[in-house]
Order: sequence, then structure tokens, then C-alpha cells
Amino acid sequence: MVFDRVAAIILRQYYLLRGSFSRVLPLFIWVAIDIVLWGFLTRYLNSVSGSRIDFVPMMLGAVLLWDFFIRIMQGVTMAFFEDVWSRNFLNIFATPIRISEYVLGLVASSVLTSSIGVLMMLGLSTTVFGLSFFTYGLMLVPFILVLFLFGIALGILGCSAVMRFGPSAEWFIWPIPAMIAPFAAVFYPVSTLPGWMQAVSHLVAPSYVFEGMRMFLAGKVVPWQMLATGSALALAYVFLAGLVFKSTYLHAVRTGLIARYSAENLG
Amino acid sequence: MTAVLSVKDLRKQYGTTIAVDGVSFELRPGEILGLLGPNGAGKTTTINMILGVLEPTNGSIAIEGIDLATARSQALTHTNFAAVYAPLPGNLSVVENLRIFGLLYGVKDLSARIKELLHQFNLGSFANTKSGALSSGEQTRLCLAKAMLNRPHLLLMDEPTASLDPATARDIRVMIRSFMSQGVGGVLWTSHNMYEVQEVCDRVIFLSHGRSLLEGDPKTLPAQHGKNSLEDLFVAVAREPLTLQQIGAYGI
Repeated sequence: MVFDRVAAIILRQYYLLRGSFSRVLPLFIWVAIDIVLWGFLTRYLNSVSGSRIDFVPMMLGAVLLWDFFIRIMQGVTMAFFEDVWSRNFLNIFATPIRISEYVLGLVASSVLTSSIGVLMMLGLSTTVFGLSFFTYGLMLVPFILVLFLFGIALGILGCSAVMRFGPSAEWFIWPIPAMIAPFAAVFYPVSTLPGWMQAVSHLVAPSYVFEGMRMFLAGKVVPWQMLATGSALALAYVFLAGLVFKSTYLHAVRTGLIARYSAENLG
Repeated sequence: MTAVLSVKDLRKQYGTTIAVDGVSFELRPGEILGLLGPNGAGKTTTINMILGVLEPTNGSIAIEGIDLATARSQALTHTNFAAVYAPLPGNLSVVENLRIFGLLYGVKDLSARIKELLHQFNLGSFANTKSGALSSGEQTRLCLAKAMLNRPHLLLMDEPTASLDPATARDIRVMIRSFMSQGVGGVLWTSHNMYEVQEVCDRVIFLSHGRSLLEGDPKTLPAQHGKNSLEDLFVAVAREPLTLQQIGAYGI
């Protein structure tokens, strides 16, 4: 592992962000809109429900954590798309860079970009709606870890899909979080789902986070074993995603897709 | 002395189409080798395989004795390329592009090297200009500056002067010659400009339909095959590859 090569990928992302309003704005604007929308909705629910349930940490907290996952995932794919959009694969992959270094660069770029969105989320939710990540105490560590790893895994898988099927496959990537959300049980317990959806849900690492969050807020003891399962699943997905990306890259090198990426149909 | 580049029985097949068919050659230190042939002859496919972005179906490639298939990263450390179809990202400035690729190639004392290249390729006044805003000639100079960043031992140039006016193209040839005079490595050069090839290359290989047909000194090769110029020989290769293959095989 040569860290200068990883740094090159991060530096590229920094240069692009530094000079581009249209790249910086989306890092926090959607997050801000989500927080404002869900913040007022939860306030309203608190005022009309008459129950003792505080919807702010339950629903707005869920939005906060889910948005964190989306930022991480999209951070990886956006860094990759920069090479797609600028048709830079030939230049990049003709250098001595290894696939592991390239992927690590994408992940590190994602940490850099998503941290901007996370800071915005925390600022808004804390100052306007009185909710901080720290509401969850020590549980925050496994929550963030599982969502971070799962975001990385899906981001890498998304990159693999675009590398394999060409630039037009970009549209596969954007709906992924929305497709996973029902199974991740972001806003309701897994037990609400029908049997077959529950089975799928148990394979979706974030579902353990949101189950844990609700248990914690209900004053119950969160079983660490459950969060350990979520973490193990997320780690396994990162490993699998790495394998899929490597295999996609090797396929692209074999078929000539890297050299003539814009042709799309060489595979 | 170890060859800068050693290509043995290289073959690339896509389904039933054979793009490169058993090509072998060596590039010696200090040599500029021209890879010539009509469109679709297999020149770019060969270069892509040497760059490690396309896997050969058969055959082997060694750069300074390092096998590309088993030690890709190490083999490419002292390799670089410039190609008319591979411009650097237009959304980054000249200096940003050079810095990023300098890091990727592990260039020591990068800031000084970038400064040196900006001066050498007359890009100083464009240092902070987005690459996409440069003229095609300036973009080519930037690609060449990138190609020189790591002082490559193997430099691959795929039609490097294709989009340049004659004066700029001449300047580029002088720069490449000057780079070669430092004696650090060899250049594999493709071009459709036979005047340029004759001026620059020490040796040429003609490819047609993925196969190597002729090899020799570009100044003497045309006469050896009864042609007046390298361009005539090129046209003959493009139109009558089989005849020339027989000539090559029998040494007529």
C-alpha cells in the first residue's frame, strides 16, 4: 500500500470540491432539507399525539442516522463518478495504482465529503430541534460503525455496477437507499414487516442499528450481540463488495472496457 | 543490457476477432521505436496491453525485465504515456493534474519537478487554468508534461502530435529527442505522419491485421521494398498486407 497514491485520489476530490459550488452545495443541502422537514413533522406529531413518546429522537434521529449512511455511500460513488465523467480511467489505471489503493482513496474521499453533510445535520438538529447524536450515548459508536461500513459496501458495489455496465448505469445507484429503506426498518420495528420482508431485513445491517436505537430510546437494554451481528454483516458486505469490485475491474481489463470505457458494450 | 520493453507472442482476441496476433519485439535503451500501421492494425491494442489496461489473451510483456502480468504496479512505476484520446481531466487545472499524477507515479520532490515541466513545456502561464479550457495543442503539451513527470524509462506515445500544427509538432519532437538524449529509456511511438516517423524513429515495425509484417530502419526500409518513401510503403502495407508479408518472410 503506497499512501501517496491514496492521497492522490483524496486530493483530486478536494481540488474538485474547492473549485465547485455545484459540488459543495449537494453535500449539505439535501441533508438540511431532510432535517428541517422531519424536524417540523416530529414536532407536530409530538403536539398532536398526546402520547409520552418523543418523536424527535425516534424519527428525526432515524433520519439523521439514515442520511449519514446515504452520505457515506454517495461519497464513495461520487468520487468514482468523477473518473467516469472526465473519462479518466485510462489515465488512472495506467499508473502504478493498485485497486486496493484506489478503493481506499474513494472511501477516504467519502469520509471527507460526508463529514461536511454530517456537520450540517448535527448543527441543524441540535440548534433548531434540540436533538444531538449524543442522545444515544455510547450506543452511537456501533450505530455509526455499522452504517459507515454498510455505506462503504454499497458505495463500492455501486461503483462496480457502473464500471461493469457503463456510464448509463449511474441511475442504478441513486435509488439504492430508497430501495433498502423499507427493509432497514428505519421508521418502524422489523416485527411490523411481513415474514418474507423480515427475513430480508435480517440480512440488512442497518436494520440492527434502527432496532437498537428504538430499544435504547424505549429504555430497554440493547443487546450488544445484536449490534455485533449488524457489525459482522456490514464487515462481510465490505469484504464482498471489495471482491466484486476487484473482479469487475479484472473483467474490464480482460474485455477492454477500461481502455474504451465510453463504448459501454464491450463486456 | 536488459531491454526496456520485451513483448513476446502477444495476442488479443475478442470473440472471433483477433486484434493482435503473435506480435513480438524488443525496445532497447535509448531507442525510439515506431509502431506503424493502418487504422485497426492493432497498434493501440498493443499499447493498451503494455499499459496494463488490457489483458492479453496470450503472450507476455516485461518492462525492464519485470513481468507486467505478475508485478503490474512495479512494472508501471517507470512507465508513462501520452495519447491523443486520453486527455487529462478538464475540470482540474494544469498544476492540479500534474500534482495528482505526480503522486500516483511516486515522483520525488514533486513541486520542483512540476515547476521544471511547466517551464519545459511552456505551460507556466496556464498553471492555474482548467485543462479543459486549453487549446488542443496546449492540452497535448500538458499530456506530454504528465508523461514526463516520472522521468519514464518506457514512454508510450500514441499519435502524440495528431492534433498539433506543424510548428508545435516539431517542438514536441525536439522535446522527445531531448528527453531521449538524457539516456534514461526508450520510446514506443505511433503516428500516421511518415515524415515525423522518419525524423524521429530509429526503427519501425509495420503492423497489419494485428500481425507484424516488416521491421527495420525507416530511412532504408522503403528502398529495401522497392518503394520511394515510407508513406508509399505504409500505403502498400495498408492495401497489400499479404504481398508484403511474403516479402518480409522471404527477405525479398
